Amino acid sequence: MNWLLVLFLLPLVGAAVVMLLPRENGLLAKQVGIAVSVITFAVSVVLCFQFDAARGGDFQLGFAYDWIPAFGVQFAMAVDGIALVLVALSTCLVPVVLVAGWNDADGARGSVKGYIALVLLLESAMIGVFAATDVFLFYVFFEAMLVPVYFLIGRYGGPRRNYAAVKFLLYSLFGGLLMLASLIGLYVVSADQTGSGTFDFLSLAGLTIDPTTQKWLFLGFFIAFAIKAPLVPFHTWLPDAAAESTPGTAVLLVGVLDKVGTFGMLRYCLELFPEASTWATPVVIALAVISIIYGALLAIGQNDIKRLIAYTSVSHFGFIVLGVFVMTTQGQSGATLYMVNHGFSTAALFLLAGFMISRRGSRFIDDFGGVQKVAPVLAGFLLIAGLSSLALPGLSSFVSEFLVLQGTFVRYAWVGVIATIGIVLAALYILLMYQRTMTGPTPDVVREKVGDLGGREVLAIAPLLVVIIALGFFPQPVLDVINPAVDRVMVNVGATDPAPQVPVAEGTQP
Amino acid sequence: MSAILAATTTTTWDSPTIEYSALAPILIVLGAAVISVLLEAFLPREYRRPIQLILTFSALVLGLAAVWWQRGTREIAAEGSVAVDGPTLFMQGSILVLAIIAALVLAERHVDPAGDSFAPRASALPGSEDEQAFTRLGWFQTEVWPLFLFCVGGMLLFPASSDLLTMFVALEVLSLPLYIMAGLARRRRLLSQEAALKYFVLGSFSSAFFLYGVALLYGYAGTVDLKGIADALTRNAGEQGLVIAGVALLMVGLLFKIGAAPFHQWTPDVYQGSPTSVTGFMAACTKVAAFGALLRVMYVALGGIRWDWRPVMYIIAGLTMIVGTLFALTQTDIKRMLAYSSIAQAGFILVGVLATNAEGLQGTMVYLLAYGIATIGAFAIVTLVRDSTGEATHLSQWAGLGKKSPLVASAFALFLLAFAGIPLTSGFTGKFAVFTAGIAGGATGVVIIGVLASAVAAFFYVRVIVLMFFNEPPTEGGASVVVPSTFTTFAITVTVALTLVIGILPQTVLQLTQDAGLFLR
Repeated sequence: MNWLLVLFLLPLVGAAVVMLLPRENGLLAKQVGIAVSVITFAVSVVLCFQFDAARGGDFQLGFAYDWIPAFGVQFAMAVDGIALVLVALSTCLVPVVLVAGWNDADGARGSVKGYIALVLLLESAMIGVFAATDVFLFYVFFEAMLVPVYFLIGRYGGPRRNYAAVKFLLYSLFGGLLMLASLIGLYVVSADQTGSGTFDFLSLAGLTIDPTTQKWLFLGFFIAFAIKAPLVPFHTWLPDAAAESTPGTAVLLVGVLDKVGTFGMLRYCLELFPEASTWATPVVIALAVISIIYGALLAIGQNDIKRLIAYTSVSHFGFIVLGVFVMTTQGQSGATLYMVNHGFSTAALFLLAGFMISRRGSRFIDDFGGVQKVAPVLAGFLLIAGLSSLALPGLSSFVSEFLVLQGTFVRYAWVGVIATIGIVLAALYILLMYQRTMTGPTPDVVREKVGDLGGREVLAIAPLLVVIIALGFFPQPVLDVINPAVDRVMVNVGATDPAPQVPVAEGTQP
Repeated sequence: MSAILAATTTTTWDSPTIEYSALAPILIVLGAAVISVLLEAFLPREYRRPIQLILTFSALVLGLAAVWWQRGTREIAAEGSVAVDGPTLFMQGSILVLAIIAALVLAERHVDPAGDSFAPRASALPGSEDEQAFTRLGWFQTEVWPLFLFCVGGMLLFPASSDLLTMFVALEVLSLPLYIMAGLARRRRLLSQEAALKYFVLGSFSSAFFLYGVALLYGYAGTVDLKGIADALTRNAGEQGLVIAGVALLMVGLLFKIGAAPFHQWTPDVYQGSPTSVTGFMAACTKVAAFGALLRVMYVALGGIRWDWRPVMYIIAGLTMIVGTLFALTQTDIKRMLAYSSIAQAGFILVGVLATNAEGLQGTMVYLLAYGIATIGAFAIVTLVRDSTGEATHLSQWAGLGKKSPLVASAFALFLLAFAGIPLTSGFTGKFAVFTAGIAGGATGVVIIGVLASAVAAFFYVRVIVLMFFNEPPTEGGASVVVPSTFTTFAITVTVALTLVIGILPQTVLQLTQDAGLFLR
């Protein structure tokens, strides 16, 4: 029995089971959903122990079955270090989201069991998209993920959910279809070179594609990933989607789903089209830096807490893309670690913001104030999550942000300097938000409505904070898993780290 | 004169050999059609419906069995006028499967409170006392069944025709019954009659173009045989102008039936006015048959000059996709939206045609089957969504349908997702197959237009899903879903299942198209 296959099938079966439960019994659906997601997480922990970190660059624990032989498509999954940590991130966040969003689906247009089933369906698709080693299969999951998210936003979201859901879907579909064109092109190239077309990732990575074709194919993939990630100027769907969805959906959307974009750049753009990636590097880095600064500036200007968090993510995704495309080992390790850390800190921020919003009945920062006095635990949690988001040393994001910047400086010092401004701005948007909501005099409305966190809510958030602090002090186990995979990417893309330039002491020069 | 006399006196006359087994599918259906006419004339009114139904379904099923029995056959039958080969049999099989499902929807009698969806007497003037009298009498007509069988017979022959005259005859055999069937709607009689007349007038025009093209090609090649024309083109014999003009006119006739721009104008009006069950049938089956014929002409007769006609087809395919999607965006009537969507789909399928390679042929066949199944299913659902005056086709009436009838709305959403080409639905398999063939055939530009058009098209498909699932039902004038009899329920179930199967496990169908091989020349 292949544990990876079990991991993929568990939430899928769970979703089917939940759909068969009686519609009226929402509680049972929630219990089953949480049980399934916890078991899934346990299986992913088993996988982590089975994974041989020393060979983290190889695809491990995999399986492959023929799916559509006529197109050379296989149902094949396996994980390398990068995929493994992202799979673990997804399976860890789902139970957290279900526990934290216990009441999210109550009183919504859709049924409770529908909500649970959609989340489980999404979990299955997320595992599939990270673990797929067949590019066609990856594409199928990439598109299939849209459907549950679309319904999660459209049926359980806020007042402007229709607009947000459709905007999300159309942006993603547009990117997906461009990717489809490139995917087909890639298939035709592989058919020309090997005689029979294939979608196997390793075979495709071994092709030599002529530079012009490579650039076109790269563009199809890259635009799809840039929309998903999202990179300025393709980012406008994210604030709408994140603000209108339930906190839980926002966590999965921003914390995991968007990682598919940056993961795709690292795995597919760089390894399949190395020359084109190098060719595109200046533009991509420029876009990444613009995202860092622009996202942070917009975040400072937001009055809506959820939109604020969404814009901080645009800024953070700028860092991740920067790390991927500077083509240094530190940059890419940092970017991968950043994907994980950002997942946890954004999850904590979104969920805490969700608790605040559901208590106060408003998403606007202006409507809060002095919450710290009435809800000290909530305030403390928000502070830790926020500080992690602004990359305070000792919290997890610091390590990754530092690695990304270090990787940037060795190659493009000026880019590194500009990107560092993003950290300063991050301190502004987080601390301003904290100051305006948590400190100061407490208005009567807030005193009346906002109580402190309950046991369930603490139970949901505490593990996230534990991970944030643990990874802040001791990120090495994760880096050990990631680094071999990043080395493989670096080899495939044909990049080498610049030799360290040690300033030579005066007088010793020959 | 004397030469003819001499010929008749000196040579013995051989009777034409007819390969009955190879022609069995066509003969069974056309034979049943003839019997059906006789039944209509001689049976007492109350026996007609059950016996017609038994006859129709057994003919279609027997036809399908004959196709299965003939699998692997590759021969030119009936003195060179009918080619029975892999692609022919696959398309005949597709047409028969689609026709069986369409017939189930046609046979429905539980949905309309007045009985079936056909006018008690189509010849009566709309709104006249005459018409009202017939409605009051509660008459039912079963004349749709012989028309249907003739139509299916023509469709089976159309993609199999190996010479242009046979193809013309098949075109007429399939078209004439369709013209009448378009005018049979019980409700909105004026729209229905307008549809029938428009279809008839424009259809006859296009037939005339087709025939003129045949004449010019005959003038060039001295034969109407597809292989003969191909040989003449290889020899480069005769007047080039005749070929160009002939091919152009021939293409007008075929592209009209396909509903490709700029010959698509009839589609929305006819799809809207016809009885919805007939619309589904004609949208699905006509397209399979017409694309089959187009493929045969283009690949067998004109394959040698594909460099001359491909640029034109590039433009037509691109234009069809663009026109179909852009106009579909602005529609407020579900049937018109599906009509424009079917125009866009025709554009996507044309990518497979202009690929001019084996993958193109296979991809086109898969796409046609996938499209046909989803189309019949979608129109079957349209027949169920009704208000007090009949089918509720205005989009605003579909709001909130997901809440009232989640199953039906989900099925409709599935068909829309299939049209949009979302993975794990049949539409994706088809789109992937034709786009792959297109890029392999060097038509990258058209494929990119196709991809962008799909992105735009996704918008109007998604809009309907939003309307059904995310919007509240209108306070008044909303539609509700009528519970149909087993016929339609079965049809919808089968189409849903096939849409998923071709999407998730397409290997069987893809294998069938691969095994079908190439056209017999």
